[in-house]
Amino acid sequence: MDLQIALLLGQDGIANGAIYALLALALVLVFAVTRVIFIPQGEFVAFGALTLASLQAGQLPGTLWLLLCLGSVIALIDGWEAWRARRFKKLPTIVLLNGGAPLLLAGALLTFSPADLPLTLQVLAALLIVVPLGPMLYRLVYQPVADLTVLVLLIVSVALHVVLVGLGLLFFGAEGSRTPAFTEASFEIGGTLLQGQTLLVLLASAVLIVALYLFFERTIYGKALRATAMNRTGARLMGISSRLAGLLSFGLSAAIGAFSGILISPLTTIYYDSGFLIGLKGFVGAIIGGLASYPVAAAGALLVGLLESYASFWASAFKEVIVFTLVIPVLLWRSLKTRHMEEG
Amino acid sequence: MKPAGHVLPLLLLAALLVAPWLLPEFHITLLNYIGLYSLVALGLVMLTGVGGVTSFGQAAFVGIGAYTSAYLTTVHEWSPWLTLPVGLLLTALVALTLGLVTLRLSGHFLPLGTIAWGISLYFLFGNLEALGGHTGISSLPPLNLGEHELKSGGEYFYLIWLCLLLAVFAIRNLLDSRVGRAIRALKGGTLMAEAMGVHTPRAKIVVFTLAALLASVSGWLYAHLQRFVNPTPFSLTQGIEYLFMAVVGGVSHVWGALVGAGLITLLKQGLQDWLPHLLGQSGNFEMIVFGVLMIIVLQRARDGVWPLLQRFFPPPVVRAPVGDVAALPRRQRPSAGERLLEVKQVSKHFGGLVANDRISFDVRAGEVMALIGPNGAGKSTLFDGISGIEPLTSGAVSFRGENVETLPAREIARRGLSRTFQHVRLLPAMSVLENVAIGAHLRGRHGLFAAACRRDRAEEARLLREAAQQIERCGLSEHLTSAAGSLPLGKQRLVEIARALATDPCLLLLDEPAAGLRFLEKQALGDLLRRLRDEGVGILLVEHDMDFVMGLADRVVVLEFGRKLAAGTPEEIQRHPAVLQAYLGGIE
Repeated sequence: MDLQIALLLGQDGIANGAIYALLALALVLVFAVTRVIFIPQGEFVAFGALTLASLQAGQLPGTLWLLLCLGSVIALIDGWEAWRARRFKKLPTIVLLNGGAPLLLAGALLTFSPADLPLTLQVLAALLIVVPLGPMLYRLVYQPVADLTVLVLLIVSVALHVVLVGLGLLFFGAEGSRTPAFTEASFEIGGTLLQGQTLLVLLASAVLIVALYLFFERTIYGKALRATAMNRTGARLMGISSRLAGLLSFGLSAAIGAFSGILISPLTTIYYDSGFLIGLKGFVGAIIGGLASYPVAAAGALLVGLLESYASFWASAFKEVIVFTLVIPVLLWRSLKTRHMEEG
Repeated sequence: MKPAGHVLPLLLLAALLVAPWLLPEFHITLLNYIGLYSLVALGLVMLTGVGGVTSFGQAAFVGIGAYTSAYLTTVHEWSPWLTLPVGLLLTALVALTLGLVTLRLSGHFLPLGTIAWGISLYFLFGNLEALGGHTGISSLPPLNLGEHELKSGGEYFYLIWLCLLLAVFAIRNLLDSRVGRAIRALKGGTLMAEAMGVHTPRAKIVVFTLAALLASVSGWLYAHLQRFVNPTPFSLTQGIEYLFMAVVGGVSHVWGALVGAGLITLLKQGLQDWLPHLLGQSGNFEMIVFGVLMIIVLQRARDGVWPLLQRFFPPPVVRAPVGDVAALPRRQRPSAGERLLEVKQVSKHFGGLVANDRISFDVRAGEVMALIGPNGAGKSTLFDGISGIEPLTSGAVSFRGENVETLPAREIARRGLSRTFQHVRLLPAMSVLENVAIGAHLRGRHGLFAAACRRDRAEEARLLREAAQQIERCGLSEHLTSAAGSLPLGKQRLVEIARALATDPCLLLLDEPAAGLRFLEKQALGDLLRRLRDEGVGILLVEHDMDFVMGLADRVVVLEFGRKLAAGTPEEIQRHPAVLQAYLGGIE
């Protein structure tokens, strides 16, 4: 391997690592706030990328139907509950938010052919379709079991992952998609070509991480989420609804997932089931951080990206084997660091 | 027990015996697969429903069993009967490594580890030239019995279902034993089990390895039934499907594994025919249905399908122990007045909070030492520190002359210290008898294999007799076979005392034993503690009922805000100005 290839691989690794880092942050966030190990995080990556691709191809993506379906089911369930509790004032909000808003979006996409829209609007539309799925799935799937053990929540996550991958195949087919780059610019540094899209990924990840930091440090909702992460019962006694915290963290996590998907789909072909492996690599990073530390998780994810990139050069067939076997020594290291008995 | 309850199981067994003669080949194949899947799901029931941990990577263990045999029988032409132990050995090695790596972390790291492991093994199978890559290995030899080669589905049917029923039998035996109780305590009772001397990390690894071995046997059978292996059936998706089977069938019940495997296999068959027509494209869309089904089961009926069927089968028998067995040997009694426990300058900090601040006192054999103080004075924290549940920040604890502050709880329990918990820690679904028998854990020594083939019965009878005796001592005989969770809280505290007594302790730590008891029950408890004292047991007692404490204790230590405020006889304490100040407020 000469320096040039090393730099090229490094560039690839860092770009992927930045994405894994974003996902790792989202995973740590969701776990800290809701105790859910959010395996389906990766599906949001795939849904984000593939929804954008099908909008660009001038089709209405299947995720839109999913949004309409979930929205109507929630409108029915929550509406029925509000009706029975005789809280009629809540009804319009429930129906409009869950049923009306998705319909409006569908109507808009039917009216303006999405293929002709500028890229920014396409991205926005894709996000509007995919991101609400996060809180909606929290409401339908996790909220009824929110007080159960981490283990049950994990099994629920795996079940949801299986459902979403199946739906992904149904919506987008087995063929992969690649979206056009946001920027065709490229730079030459030290004899190596640096792609504009790679820089954009890095830049966007950095901006997003800073934005998340500000959100958690400066805004009341961010602080509420942090409070819930530290002490669920205490936060509840202070009037922070754990339901709201759950919805919010799933929304953030879905947004990070979908946006990550949109960022990398120009760099690599995304298939309906690609999200899982991408998400899991974020996981390896998150596990390095013990599912608790944000900076360590991000650093771990960068490391995973680099490792994967160089592994694909030396032993491309065993790339995944190497990355996922890395979990074992990492777990060992973490296990040697803990000296605390936990009630199972 | 009504004989009618046995009719259905016998009918089912008879149906199994004649099935290969009556059913068409296709149905036999289906039943073979159900049997193979049940073996794996059975392991998951042990792991998830009983042990409280889970694995998504069981398919990878099936793969190890299948590939080991495939490789050795084709490339090196070994007999399949020799490859079975090799496969089991490999599986055990892998399971032990994974288990050892994750066991000290909280419960969810093991399943996460198995996901990663499941994926990397799948890719490894698919990329190793020696294992045939993604095309796999074909023309495996069939199994043979002497000269006779097993070739038909019907012959494999008998073999598979024999293996399965043997596994069910062994696991039912195992769960109904000393080791089995330790395993059942893993789910929701780790701290308590440690305090009773159970090596919980080891128990966890044992179930994990056992589940992996069952999967490996299933893989070995599969390889020779199919006579062909490729990576697909050992993917993570299949591993998840195994978990679905266990959960849908009923993850806390041994038979749930069979019900789940049957249901999911038949449903899959149906859906695979039907869904492609409905959706107009092919793909494994049945997984969508399974996933949704799984979520609904977890939300609405966490116990799965088995409880619905259970009433058609004979109910599980709760055995009352037989009286005429020899008592368990007892530990050497400490001599009267021996200094059992010495607490030296013990401190415990939680972050900035000082819960215990340089506390010292001692407890001697044959005395009742009471630890009193207002709520939040640090009494229960001190108990956790002494019994090894929480590490101390500084200071030393010596028990019978040996420093024990760095030992884990189970090691301190082994040396003769036992305790009860302020917040009752019983296994609510288990009978009172079994709960108390956990206390006698360290007084038996038969392990896994003896339990699985019932070689432990003599010892088991002695353990249960001991438990029954302690229950009687605590006045709970009428509740022997009741579920511990069904008792009122005061009586649950007495069960905790019976459990602590079953360990044959030299020193008893009792955390608020009289709370929730009625007057007469309190008197009975006081009498019991006096008798124990006269036998030479040392008792360290935390209690808020001052009449109870002052009537019983030989010496009293008063804690306030984590510090030792005063120590002395009950009479001295009742007159102590600082104590009066703390309890009644000062006189201005």
